[in-house]
Amino acid sequence: MISQKKEAVLIKILVYSGTILTLAILVSVAGYILFKGIPNLSYKLFEWKYTTENVSLLPALINTLLMTFLSLLFAAPLGIFAAVYLVEYARKDNRLVKLVRITAETLSGIPSIIYGLFGLLFFVTALKLRMSLLSGALTLSIMILPLIIRTTEEALIAVPVEYREGSYGLGAGRLRTVFKVVMPSATPGILAGIILSIGRIVGETAALIYTAGTVAEVPGSLFDSVRTLSVHMYALSSEGFYIKEAYATAVILLVIVAGINILSANVAKRIGRRMNDKN
Amino acid sequence: MNKQRYSSTYAISPKKRMVKRMNIKNFKDNCAKIVFILAACISILAVALICIFLLANGIPGIAKIGVFKFLTGKVWKPGNSIYGILPMILGSIYVTAGALIIGVPTGIATAVFMSRFASKRTVKIMSQAVSLLAGIPSVVYGFFGLVVVVPLVRDLFGVSGTSMLAASIVLGIMILPTIISISEPALDAVPNAYYEGALALGATHERAVFRVILPAAKSGVTASVVLGVGRAIGEAMAVMMVAGNQPRMPKGILEGVRTLTSNIVMEMGYATDLHREALIATAVVLFVFILIINILFSVLKRRAKL
Repeated sequence: MISQKKEAVLIKILVYSGTILTLAILVSVAGYILFKGIPNLSYKLFEWKYTTENVSLLPALINTLLMTFLSLLFAAPLGIFAAVYLVEYARKDNRLVKLVRITAETLSGIPSIIYGLFGLLFFVTALKLRMSLLSGALTLSIMILPLIIRTTEEALIAVPVEYREGSYGLGAGRLRTVFKVVMPSATPGILAGIILSIGRIVGETAALIYTAGTVAEVPGSLFDSVRTLSVHMYALSSEGFYIKEAYATAVILLVIVAGINILSANVAKRIGRRMNDKN
Repeated sequence: MNKQRYSSTYAISPKKRMVKRMNIKNFKDNCAKIVFILAACISILAVALICIFLLANGIPGIAKIGVFKFLTGKVWKPGNSIYGILPMILGSIYVTAGALIIGVPTGIATAVFMSRFASKRTVKIMSQAVSLLAGIPSVVYGFFGLVVVVPLVRDLFGVSGTSMLAASIVLGIMILPTIISISEPALDAVPNAYYEGALALGATHERAVFRVILPAAKSGVTASVVLGVGRAIGEAMAVMMVAGNQPRMPKGILEGVRTLTSNIVMEMGYATDLHREALIATAVVLFVFILIINILFSVLKRRAKL
């Protein structure tokens, strides 16, 4: 048996070295990519058309925006409505609610490659949507659905019951209460969830390779194949000829991800502040 | 015109008018409710479709190859119609185990630090750092592995570099945020009385944390590890970029391996017929793994009351 003092020192060393390792990993991943990537950023990378000469990432960036917008267009209303049902309408012991919870949990654990394969089998092949922007967006919208449901649920639960009671007391129905009273005060929480799902869409590769394809052009229609920034980066690094451009693309991805993090943290902070005001 | 409309409105009694308005309101409410229920059912539908399409496309392949041959076959040679995925199953398990060896101690130590050692301000900065780690796309981790970890392994051990070790390191990094972000609230949730009791019995802060709080948060911490396993076993891109992907039985930590996920990504692009079915069957096997992990996770989560 070692003495308590020695044990305490040992534990401290363990805890601190683990923490330092975590921070060191973050700093070295981000630092290395920025250090190697920033010098490789050039105007050439932001030319309108992709060619093997300029290896422009601009089309991929635009595709990422399109993909994000379209996925959210499907998933955000569905996810928010589902959460409204779970929190505002259903009873807790309802069998349907249990099933929805279990399936949403299952969805959130499924790896992205399985989504990709499912998208290939269902949207691309069975529904004949081809490898396209639309197939990719539909696949991703299923993938981010559980995230939106969960965050919206949390945001709705956080709205005090008194708000609803007040609204009912004034004669409003359930629907009006939900849309005019509950939703507005839950908006920051819902928004934070949506921002998180944007992060997942931007970073996704495995679910898109076989659903949206790898064409590095801005699409003419929903049924054209597109590559997003992450897929673009994967293509560049696996081809092996464009390591410099891959570094630069990684920088752009990192900046987007960091921006999304700051944004969602700020939204969360706003919720926190409002909670404090109330107390 | 106007007059007529008014008169027709007033033709029914005020009471009836109320009832009519209520009915419209009820109708609207009910319609909305149906829309909400349908939206909620989408996730059920999605899970059902995923199961149906994976099984319908994968099971015939397994049947043709033979369950036993498929799961325990040591050779994967699509050119010769030999489909055994034991190398990939083992590859996934080994790589995940390696990731756990690296990620779990580091992650738990960080969570303990954030929960019981750090000041409020440090925690704020740390949780920002952790969510940034969680947000970095897997392809960026894979790229980092390719340009940093793989050359490091190559130079240190004089091998090709793309290896089980490199994949384990990259995955170990990738599961860190998962482990931290679930362990930390579990540690926070342990009642202060436990800690104070330990101190009153003469324990130091460190001993109280390690011998009392950490064991009390066991379910939550285990849940975080289980979820980490799920992440590691399901990760495709990052692993594929650094693991070497040779479809043969794993030989050692410095040799290349292929995982279930990378098997699918590598060959799905050009596979046809039985080869394609065998790849979908690979996904079925992966899916079963993930379902088991999911169930385990939700049981642990319930026990931890997270």
